[in-house]
Amino acid sequence: MEQQFFILLALVAIGTGLLVVVARNPIHSALSLVACFVQIAALFVLLGSPFLAVIQLFVYVGAIMVLFLFVIMMLDVRKEAHGRFINNSRFIQKGAIPAIVALLALATELLFLLSQSSRLHAVMTQQSIIGDEPTKQLSLTLFRDFLLPFEVASVILLVALIGAVVLAQSNGRNEHKKGATKEVSK
Amino acid sequence: MIPISWYLILAAILFVIGAAGVLLRRNVLIVLMSLELMLNSVNINLIAFGYEMNDPRGQIMAIFIIAITAAEVAIALGILVALLRNKRTLEVDDLTILKG
Repeated sequence: MEQQFFILLALVAIGTGLLVVVARNPIHSALSLVACFVQIAALFVLLGSPFLAVIQLFVYVGAIMVLFLFVIMMLDVRKEAHGRFINNSRFIQKGAIPAIVALLALATELLFLLSQSSRLHAVMTQQSIIGDEPTKQLSLTLFRDFLLPFEVASVILLVALIGAVVLAQSNGRNEHKKGATKEVSK
Repeated sequence: MIPISWYLILAAILFVIGAAGVLLRRNVLIVLMSLELMLNSVNINLIAFGYEMNDPRGQIMAIFIIAITAAEVAIALGILVALLRNKRTLEVDDLTILKG
């Protein structure tokens, strides 16, 4: 039973991963990448590390991919990436067919997992590796043996935050300067 | 029980898909997303080995990879926004300002 769950998750992950590369529109790529990350989070649960699955959902799906989608929509790349391929058919557009296929695949998977949820629960709860409390063991290892890398990671995140702010701000200031000189030259 | 080779095969397939995206696509955003896919396949490998060897250090490495990835994405998207404002393009082949 466990193997069937693995095969289902792996197939959907590979399919959505292929869709990331194949899709023409970056928004479609980002959405299928979200689907792929959710499958990988489920695989983490299957691997007996539920904490990593939660981290995957929160950080990847909740933060990184939302950032990606935000930037894609802010940049409005649809015109640049899509401009040459606009078709004027009034029925289902060509770009919508892969989306419908992906939607059907995900819906089928959801229905399957929901209908088999009791067996899935049995599979998930029998996973108890690394002692009795895997998350406790994980936190002890993280904060005892890997304390210095943890702090370094926090510093790296802080530097990235400041760097992103500086990148955005200096650019805005340049544009402001350009606007000011234009006004003066007028 | 799922043999660990299945996880390794899945991770290899995902890594190859991500590498193909990095090499074949010309849109910078999709190249970045393919990089994310490759990092995730590496995470699958690490956690699978940690599970197989009953060692929490695999999960620790995965946590660090996720943290570094968050920083990388923030910086990369900031650079991308600045680049797009200045160069008006998202094609990898047109971004040659580091060539001197």
